Amino acid sequence: MDIVVCVKQVPDTTDIKVDPETGTLKRETAGTTMNPFDMYAVEEGLRLKEKLGGKVTVVTMGPPMAKEMLKIAIAMGVDEAVLLSDRALAGSDTWATSYAVAQMCKKLGYNMILFGKQAIDGDTAQVGPSVAEYLDIPCVTWVKKVREVSETEITVERMMEDGVDVVKATLPVALTVVKEINEPRLESLKGKMRAKKYEVPTWSLADVNGDPAMVGLKNSPTRVAKSWSPERKFGKAEMIDGADAAEKADKVFNRVKDLGFIK
Amino acid sequence: MNYFFTDEEQMIIETSREIAQKKIKPVREHYDAEGIFPWDMVKEMANAGLCGLYIPEEYGGMSPKGSKGIMQLVLATEEMSKVCGGIALSNAASALGTFPILLGATEAQKKKYLPDVASGKKLAAFGLTEAGAGSDAGAMRTTAVKKGNKYILNGTKQWITNGFEAETYTVFAMTDKSKGARGCSCFIVEKGTPGFTFGKKENKMGIRASATTELIFQDCEVPEENLVGGKEGTGFIIAVGTLNHSRPGVAAQALGIAAGALDESLAYARQREQFGQKISGFQAVQHMLAIMAVEVEAARSLVYAVSRSVDAGATDFAKDSAFCKYYASEVAMKVTTNAVQIFGGYGYMKEYPVEKMMRDAKITQIYEGTSQIQLNEIAAKLIKESAQKKK
Ligand SMILES: Cc1cc2nc3c(=O)[nH]c(=O)nc-3n(C[C@@H](O)[C@H](O)[C@H](O)COP(=O)(O)OP(=O)(O)OC[C@H]3O[C@@H](n4cnc5c(N)ncnc54)[C@H](O)[C@@H]3O)c2cc1C
Ligand SMILES: Cc1cc2nc3c(=O)[nH]c(=O)nc-3n(C[C@H](O)[C@H](O)[C@H](O)COP(=O)(O)OP(=O)(O)OC[C@H]3O[C@@H](n4cnc5c(N)ncnc54)[C@H](O)[C@@H]3O)c2cc1C
Repeated sequence: MDIVVCVKQVPDTTDIKVDPETGTLKRETAGTTMNPFDMYAVEEGLRLKEKLGGKVTVVTMGPPMAKEMLKIAIAMGVDEAVLLSDRALAGSDTWATSYAVAQMCKKLGYNMILFGKQAIDGDTAQVGPSVAEYLDIPCVTWVKKVREVSETEITVERMMEDGVDVVKATLPVALTVVKEINEPRLESLKGKMRAKKYEVPTWSLADVNGDPAMVGLKNSPTRVAKSWSPERKFGKAEMIDGADAAEKADKVFNRVKDLGFIK
Repeated sequence: MNYFFTDEEQMIIETSREIAQKKIKPVREHYDAEGIFPWDMVKEMANAGLCGLYIPEEYGGMSPKGSKGIMQLVLATEEMSKVCGGIALSNAASALGTFPILLGATEAQKKKYLPDVASGKKLAAFGLTEAGAGSDAGAMRTTAVKKGNKYILNGTKQWITNGFEAETYTVFAMTDKSKGARGCSCFIVEKGTPGFTFGKKENKMGIRASATTELIFQDCEVPEENLVGGKEGTGFIIAVGTLNHSRPGVAAQALGIAAGALDESLAYARQREQFGQKISGFQAVQHMLAIMAVEVEAARSLVYAVSRSVDAGATDFAKDSAFCKYYASEVAMKVTTNAVQIFGGYGYMKEYPVEKMMRDAKITQIYEGTSQIQLNEIAAKLIKESAQKKK
């Protein structure tokens, strides 16, 4: 089973500063890490490999510094990692990104391609399904469990708002996974040592037989016209005090009742 | 203090710390209260690659070429013991049970038994102590009698860490009582060997996540290939060598427990208020904290120095090994007792971690040679060295 896991470098939200003036993220000062949902995709790839044998490769399209992010996956135990980085790709939207990622998958060969449910910065959740479209393979989104898998077929549970869909698909297949699917492992010592020495191969657009007319800002049909943080609306706050816990609880209860939240 | 760790050492510290904080800390109270063996935590250590730090690479471990890997074992044990000395012991005691193989076994024995311990698939245990033979290990009564191509073992080992849970046991028995210490041999006994059973599991004061049981041998037939090193009479040398190599590990457990208690004390003192101020503002408390910190750092320096010296190939290090085991375990007891003092009544309660740390610390002054035995060995060596200088 050849498994490709697509991962994205995103700002590290545990290390983020917000501009007090504008209320927007200070992207320059934030560190970067792997999109949290993609950690689950990596873990699922490793588990499928442990069960079925084969190889797990992680890929990303991004700037050269995304190599460090790929090393997280190496430390977790994947076999190889590849970066696609090319000036021509700058400013790509989901359409162009998906094309480029699909070209990487074609070059690598695959039985299964795994994605996170969505990226925590772009948030569109389009890249997984679009890559599947470019490759003309089935795609199941929001997978919370792999029930059964063989060389030719897979049965998964899909997490819906109102319940669970059980979906069967033929391989090769693309899956996007939700965080309920597993608990990502910690980086192992051997993995960390390998990651330290690991040289991430960098491919150019030409290396994946990419058409320059399909990528980059110029060839991206979507444009982000404007992006802003909604104005913060503060509700009225009321402090309730009392002599002891019992009195405070009483007062809170009566106030909530007065407001009509409790009948 | 900056110990200028190598990149590898730094990775071991970070990996162990992550397991300690994310995995062990949330469950330590549960395992302490229930006194059950923490197999899920052992699996975490195995997956992370922490089980073979002192085992050479050719047997599946991660001990670098030209080193014994003691420092690596010490760093992992310290980090995990900061959070729970009992859970950390599962791996450290496996090392104790494995040293006889590393030090005395034949190539074939090493190839057969080391890889599974290194990968964490199996745990090992060390069976020396008996009811009548504690500090005086030479008084052991377990016997091994050769019969054809087998040895027949009879006797009972007491208080064996990882008992029942381990798969690989290094067991000491007398093959020739008339020869005294030179009549002792070491055997590798696999769990499941007919005639080898386990006695009761002890209900202990501390390190309650660790399993301590009897090993009972009743006409237990052990194949002669399992005589460690293939030669009778080497058991005592192997046991002494093992303890010399493993004592820095116990010292690291003690150091970790002490360092953990110091961290808890600092955090608590900065937040607890009495007489309208934080107790960290009282000089009496400040001095206690300062003395604890000095002693923890002194213990750490000694443990690291001895470990690095052993790794680098020191030959005569029995005294050094006793130095660090003695000192770190005394510091652990003192520091954890003071930690409870700083916590006041809360420190005496099970809701706070220092109560357990004080109970856990005590064992480090007892096993692998009591503090008194360490001092005996140190003094004997000092006097001998002094006598040699005079000549
Ligand atoms: C704040 C922000 C807003 C954006 N808004 C839009 C927009 O509205 N429309 C638009 O077309 N473009 C947009 N982009 C630009 C575009 O670069 C996307 O970030 C990119 O195409 C990925 O889309 P996404 O972040 O929504 O990822 P998603 O589609 O949400 O990601 C789903 C999964 O696809 C995989 N994946 C995503 N990106 C990569 C990659 N580079 N390499 C490998 N695998 C990957 C991961 O497995 C990920 O979990 C935006 C970018 C940012 C930072
Ligand atoms: C939880 C636990 C786990 C253990 N795990 C293992 C294990 O995995 N494998 C194993 O083989 N053993 C194990 N032991 C046994 C341990 O090593 C012994 O308990 C220890 O060596 C002390 O022996 P003893 O308990 O018989 O005490 P004793 O030898 O009876 O000592 C009693 C007291 O007398 C003092 N004393 C004895 N002799 C002298 C002397 N010559 N000079 C001065 N003072 C002296 C001692 O210091 C001590 O204070 C374990 C013990 C415990 C409690």
